[in-house]
Amino acid sequence: MKYIDEFRDPALAKNLFRRIESLVGPAGGTKEKPLQIMEICGGHTHAIFRYGLDKLVPAELEFVHGPGCPVCVLPMSRVDDCIEIAARDNVIFCTFGDAMRVPGTRKSLMQAKAEGCDIRMVYSPLDALELARRNPDRDVVFFGLGFETTMPATAVTIRKAAADGQTNFSVFCNHILVPPPLRALLSDPQMRLDGFVGPGHVSMIIGTEPYRFIAEEFGKPLVVAGFEPLDLLQAIVMVLQQLAEGRAEIENQYARVVPANGNPHAMAAIEAVYEPRSSFDWRGLGEIDRSGVKIRGEYAAYDAEVKFGVGYGAGKAAGREPEGCRCGDVVKGLIKPPACPKFGGECVPERPLGALMVSSEGACAAYYQYGGTRREEAA
Amino acid sequence: MCLGIPGRIAAIRDAERRIASVDFSGVRRDVDLTCVAEGALDDLVGTWVLVHVGFAMSVIDEAEAQRTLEALAELGEAEEEYAAMRESAAMLEERP
Amino acid sequence: MAAPIVPARRKPKGKVTLAHGGGGKAMRDLVEGVFVDAFGMGGAPLEDQARLVPPEALLSGGRLAMTTDGFVVDPLFFPGGDIGKLAVWGTVNDLAVGGAVPHWLSVSMIIEEGLDIEVLERVAHSMREAADLAGVRIVTGDTKVVARGGADKLFVTTAGVGVIPAGRDLGAHLVQPGDVAIVNGYLGRHGAAILAARGEMMLETAIESDCAPLNGLMEAVLSAAPGTRCARDATRGGLASLLNEVAAASGTGFAIEEARLPLEAEIRGFCEVLGFDPLYLANEGRLAVFVPPGEAEAALAAMRDHEHGREAAVIGQVTEGPAGRVVMNTAFGGSRIVDMLVGDQLPRIC
Repeated sequence: MKYIDEFRDPALAKNLFRRIESLVGPAGGTKEKPLQIMEICGGHTHAIFRYGLDKLVPAELEFVHGPGCPVCVLPMSRVDDCIEIAARDNVIFCTFGDAMRVPGTRKSLMQAKAEGCDIRMVYSPLDALELARRNPDRDVVFFGLGFETTMPATAVTIRKAAADGQTNFSVFCNHILVPPPLRALLSDPQMRLDGFVGPGHVSMIIGTEPYRFIAEEFGKPLVVAGFEPLDLLQAIVMVLQQLAEGRAEIENQYARVVPANGNPHAMAAIEAVYEPRSSFDWRGLGEIDRSGVKIRGEYAAYDAEVKFGVGYGAGKAAGREPEGCRCGDVVKGLIKPPACPKFGGECVPERPLGALMVSSEGACAAYYQYGGTRREEAA
Repeated sequence: MCLGIPGRIAAIRDAERRIASVDFSGVRRDVDLTCVAEGALDDLVGTWVLVHVGFAMSVIDEAEAQRTLEALAELGEAEEEYAAMRESAAMLEERP
Repeated sequence: MAAPIVPARRKPKGKVTLAHGGGGKAMRDLVEGVFVDAFGMGGAPLEDQARLVPPEALLSGGRLAMTTDGFVVDPLFFPGGDIGKLAVWGTVNDLAVGGAVPHWLSVSMIIEEGLDIEVLERVAHSMREAADLAGVRIVTGDTKVVARGGADKLFVTTAGVGVIPAGRDLGAHLVQPGDVAIVNGYLGRHGAAILAARGEMMLETAIESDCAPLNGLMEAVLSAAPGTRCARDATRGGLASLLNEVAAASGTGFAIEEARLPLEAEIRGFCEVLGFDPLYLANEGRLAVFVPPGEAEAALAAMRDHEHGREAAVIGQVTEGPAGRVVMNTAFGGSRIVDMLVGDQLPRIC
């Protein structure tokens, strides 16, 4: 597969591993105090485990798995809202497959479907719009979740629905933004991250400029990376090079897909359809200022929150995390998943207690599913 | 997050709705081009795009891809040189 | 004496109704007009049970093997096969991987009211064709009709009986560290073909189901590699589940070499689009055999000589353990656990 296979070449990877080994010392990593590099994006977490990269880098370097998994950070109360909407008469509730198993306070969408709600998995928001077209007497609701990468897709879909006058279609908007939680993490005095691997696909939309504060205000390097193993390894080399040279800059390893200024068409669609919420609740991280968006009043007819009266924070207590769950500390990089007392015992992929065990992109699930000897460490 | 994969635009399906058929290793799917093109779409046939949830979100820059691969290859050569240098340095040290 | 008056059989047409399950004439017409004809059971008087002559292999010290399996699939017809072929070959394969030579099948159909009789006919003919290709006979059957909504179009259950020749013993408990695992071809075609055929993901692909009878292939492998320890077919849950099951049952571990997995471009593309792992995609014509290292080459060659094993490949080796642990060595020299799935793979965006 073009643009994929070339970036999975094991022969080239060997050179990168050697380079990482020779750079990690000059960059400041020691066995006692390894460098902590956060891969922000769950896609990177997934790739690290899928290719076993975590076990191939030297012990002086440690991956910290960041908050970039929209399913993992979705508060339970929002899943409850989904189920409330899905249970209404006449509703067809459409979601990406990722969200099906996410536990709400009482049940998941998967369980709600088994109980009789009409819940369908779709590949694209446009497929949900198509369902609305084919079922004019039903109310089709699309569960819009994801970061800046996914936002233009739901925005364009809403605009298409509006242009068509497809009034039986609406979006339950749970879109969230990448930079605000990074600021929150970096402002946490407990944090001791050394650098970041930036999310490639979010960046193809927003460009590299929005990360500037990470270098300028917090003095940390960030390298935007693609998702193939060579991409990731090269990005790590670039972060280490910056650390070794005492630089903190925003660099772009993934230039074949990420233009420096992002995608202006996509940004315009986001701007036209969404506006920031004053704050949004992140599972494990809590409320973060201006970290989520809602649908603008102009498109209120397509806003499921308005249509079904399940507005954000409408008198609801914030979703409480299960007792003893340390997802928040894992997301902050303060502990590794096996250090959580619930990991592997009460919290397993079959019965996820915490958010990070839910999606295969979640750090805990990735550890559990792919973690090799790590699982024994937990036992 | 954000699964995105490269595909080749095989045909324009509905110019008005900005829909193309995109080929992923022999698997095809309708993909929305709103975010990567204004105006006429026909010129885009044959172009590689990065697709996320049924939307093309970026036109892949072939030249940049080549540059990245070249950088990777050069890194390899440089590493080999370093390795050779390290080896000869070690040999020199070993000499009495 | 006058011959008994036999009313002319009416070929049933239209849709299946509850009357076709009522035990009366309509049912007789359906059974005789659709199934007896297709399965080639005509001629001999029909009784409520098949009466079977034991094959030579059974009389000379062989053992009987019996299995049963239910088949539900949406859509009933898909590229590369249909529910009938799955129902016949699925049971044939369950017998074959145990070392049995399959002989007879029974068929039970649960039919949803309203199904086109023409659909039933197509399924019945497909089953006959499948049985002929696999060299087995359908010897008895049953139909039930349930009210609309009581089933999804058509459920088929088959049971099969075969004979394991004297001296042949296959089982996961025999698998030992050092044994080599070989699969008979490209992975994941069935799962991908079904998902594409359902149309929900709106994917167009030429991928066809891999469904196939594997008894011939098994015999070829067993004669080339008589020391074969165990074979399993990789159905739901894919190759990953098969390896986990064998590793758990044998108290060994397993190491897959990622670079050696038989994966074709289209399946890889399909998996990239939906975020799937081909190791978990369903197959209906794939098996893994576990053979002692000394017989691996012979087993592989025998597979590749067979029409259902052209792309056969050695995929890895049985290890000391930990017991039940399946590990994949990635092309990068890394490794990861390949666990069983919690449920179905769900298409993901992230």
